[in-house]
Amino acid sequence: MLDWQGLVVQGLNGLASASSLFLVAAGLTVIFGVSRIVNFAHGSLYMLGAFLAWTLTAHGPFAELGGFLGFWGAILSAALIVAALGALVEMTVLRRLYHAPELFQLLATFALVLIVQDVALLLWGPDDKFGPRAPLLRGATVIFGARFPLYELFLIAVGPVVLGLLWLLLHRSRFGILLRAATHDREMVAALGVDQKLLFTGVFALGAGLAGLGGALQIPREAVTLHMDMAVIVEAFVVVVIGGLGSLGGAALAALIIGELHAFGILVFPRITLVLVFLVMAVVLVLRPQGLLGRGAETAPVAAPAPPLPGSLPPALRWAAIAAVAVLVAVAPFLGDYPLILLADFAVLVLFAASLHLIMGPGGMASFGHAAYFGAGAYAAALLFKHLAAPMEVGLIAAPFAAGLVGLLFGWFCVRLSGVYAAMLTLAFAQIAWSVSFQWVEVTGGDNGILGVWPSDWARGRLVFFYLSLALSAAGVVVLRRIIHAPFGLALRAQRDSPLRAEAIGLDGFFLRWIAFAVSAALAGLAGALFAYGKGSVFPSFLGIPRSVDGLLMVLLGGVQTLTGPIVGAIAYAGLQEQLARATDYWRLVLGLVILALVLFFPRGLAGAFARRAA
Amino acid sequence: MLAVDDLQAHYGRAHILHGVSLGVAAGEVACLLGRNGAGKSTTMKAIMRLLPPTGGSVRFEGQDLAGLAPHDVARLGLGYVPEERRIFPELTVAENLEVGRRPPRPGQAPWTAERLYALFPSLGAMKKRPGGRMSGGEQQMLAIARTLMGNPRLLLLDEPSEGLAPVVVDRLAEALLGLKSEGLAILLSEQNPGFAASIADHAWLLETGHIRHHGPMAAVMADAGLRARYLSV
Ligand SMILES: Nc1ncnc2c1ncn2[C@@H]1O[C@H](COP(=O)(O)OP(=O)(O)OP(=O)(O)O)[C@@H](O)[C@H]1O
Ligand SMILES: [Mg+2]
Repeated sequence: MLDWQGLVVQGLNGLASASSLFLVAAGLTVIFGVSRIVNFAHGSLYMLGAFLAWTLTAHGPFAELGGFLGFWGAILSAALIVAALGALVEMTVLRRLYHAPELFQLLATFALVLIVQDVALLLWGPDDKFGPRAPLLRGATVIFGARFPLYELFLIAVGPVVLGLLWLLLHRSRFGILLRAATHDREMVAALGVDQKLLFTGVFALGAGLAGLGGALQIPREAVTLHMDMAVIVEAFVVVVIGGLGSLGGAALAALIIGELHAFGILVFPRITLVLVFLVMAVVLVLRPQGLLGRGAETAPVAAPAPPLPGSLPPALRWAAIAAVAVLVAVAPFLGDYPLILLADFAVLVLFAASLHLIMGPGGMASFGHAAYFGAGAYAAALLFKHLAAPMEVGLIAAPFAAGLVGLLFGWFCVRLSGVYAAMLTLAFAQIAWSVSFQWVEVTGGDNGILGVWPSDWARGRLVFFYLSLALSAAGVVVLRRIIHAPFGLALRAQRDSPLRAEAIGLDGFFLRWIAFAVSAALAGLAGALFAYGKGSVFPSFLGIPRSVDGLLMVLLGGVQTLTGPIVGAIAYAGLQEQLARATDYWRLVLGLVILALVLFFPRGLAGAFARRAA
Repeated sequence: MLAVDDLQAHYGRAHILHGVSLGVAAGEVACLLGRNGAGKSTTMKAIMRLLPPTGGSVRFEGQDLAGLAPHDVARLGLGYVPEERRIFPELTVAENLEVGRRPPRPGQAPWTAERLYALFPSLGAMKKRPGGRMSGGEQQMLAIARTLMGNPRLLLLDEPSEGLAPVVVDRLAEALLGLKSEGLAILLSEQNPGFAASIADHAWLLETGHIRHHGPMAAVMADAGLRARYLSV
């Protein structure tokens, strides 16, 4: 146990990380307030700030200048360059998407994350970078008998100073007053003669600059890596959501809470540090959905309003689907192991995407954490195998039930919220599930996963396993189709399209969404179990954010309007990723550009584009 | 000064305006009269291009507004005061005015916060009050003042008297007469002509998206049959 001096130092550590977190979260929340865009690429801007600062302190005029001016010149220039990049992104990409459904804006910012990842890899290479120490702030001071780095003290001061400057900007400058007005009512601001384009470009530059500054300020204290973007964006989301989307004071308060939670959580609950933050976020969202200091947000529903589903598949499409499955079945015996493994994976992904579609399309909700249920199914199968030596047949039956139960539990909270908040809560729960799989080493094996989860003998051949995957995936899709067209599906869409009217005719929207959530989770769990048997192992990455993002991308690429969409999307996305990964080291860059092009030019998704072509 | 010709507007698939034509001359106060749901607010939104019209034309001082964004329309000199007032609730009175501020127009004395506080003394007494904590009447004054900060050449005023106490309505009428005497053109919308009678020169009677009648305000006031047909409930 620490003495009280130790506690003070730990508290100061918490303040220092709160300060850094605040810079990033402040930018994110200001951007959201005005543009209503949830900027997933915000972490990428932070990472760029760090890389640019590293470069500028090592090369060029500031490096030659050296010393105090050289260092701070480099840090501030890095922030300014990132601000300019933010403005550029707004002008070239996001500006075209303000009237697009919210999910497409997210998709575009996801694409930017992928692009920035590979651009950073191209420019700076894969190795971690270590920046210089800050001049004059190199040493440590003694606080209550404990040494404390000066630079950390400086960082503690940066947060409040930036908060103060932002407050002045927002309350004392015309630009700031317009920003606050636009946060409340964009249209009225335009009706008063204000060109919103300038405002939006300005707010992106401001937010990006803050993220860039946050990143640049890290170089004396930690290595600059290609993973900084994801690490920080998740934390920043947590802060912004806890504080209340769009609320600057809320971001400051939440940064403080999260910073200290990290610092003291390690002391008090060393076993569940990773869960702690997301638990807090989940509790806040459940008790106070708009966040601590958020206004009762009037965010639009996340999902695109979809036209009513056609009564049944156009005959041509139905025959094409049946023919495609028949061709696969007929051709499979002539394929080698590798194509068969790949095809089995595709079948799994199709089921995964189709299950997510039930929530996002007919359900009108968004899940940013669908991997939780995929992983729940996979772990259920693996744990049954490991502890009870259960065979594959048992695992495949148990997995959907296990995942469905998890879906019932998480869904009970998530389906009460709407829009961005619901999406964030699903993300929080998925992260909690991920943290459990990662930190509960005795049971889950932690990072090492569970190995040896192989299919039963009869299904061990690649060909038979592919047939099994195809059959189960097709069965799952057929079930989903039945559900969507059954009275339950109609009711689900009715509560999505006009909640009030649906309630008036006696539909229980909460119950409908909850059941849909659980069914979707169960089928995702089946996909997860299949995936586990196909790979022979499970790992925490099965429930990681990247897998949830994959699911989202597949559904959005295909289009949420019809069930065909996610199926086409899954095959297109997985196929593209596979081809690109084989063709180039920079597949993320290409994939990001492709997604960006699709969002900008085919806002109804691939299936939508085909349907329009056909019509 | 403002010439609306055969204006059509839709909300989604619902056809709301079926060829509205009307005009406002320089320095004139015109009144758009119609019952609940007649399309008065829709006409104003379509003129401002907040709801892009689906047909017809709007010309302001000879310029066709087709293809312009709402902020361009506002910059040309059309000032819009919405029915819901849409005050920025977290901004103070002074800040609300600042949002509306635009550069002066040649040949026109520019509005300043001080001049507006003189016109609406109650606002001057609460410069630092957040807009969300004002009475309906005060919000209406603020909404008008905020739009005037843009130095408009023509004011679109959507049902300014709605929900206001009679004393407040009188004070509002007085302020509007003051604006009229300074040469500001106004297009006003109202459900009942009582408030507009003392201010407006000309009336346009709207019913289910059609202009049914127009003429001098005094003539409309004198014709009880006309009012019974298109206005009273
Ligand atoms: N956002 C909207 N979406 C769909 N229909 C609308 C919308 N706003 C108005 N309408 C419909 O358009 C018609 C005209 O409405 P509008 O608001 O222009 O009437 P109004 O004359 O201003 O009425 P009021 O005196 O009540 O303000 C009404 O039938 C109304 O139901
Ligand atoms: Mg109206």
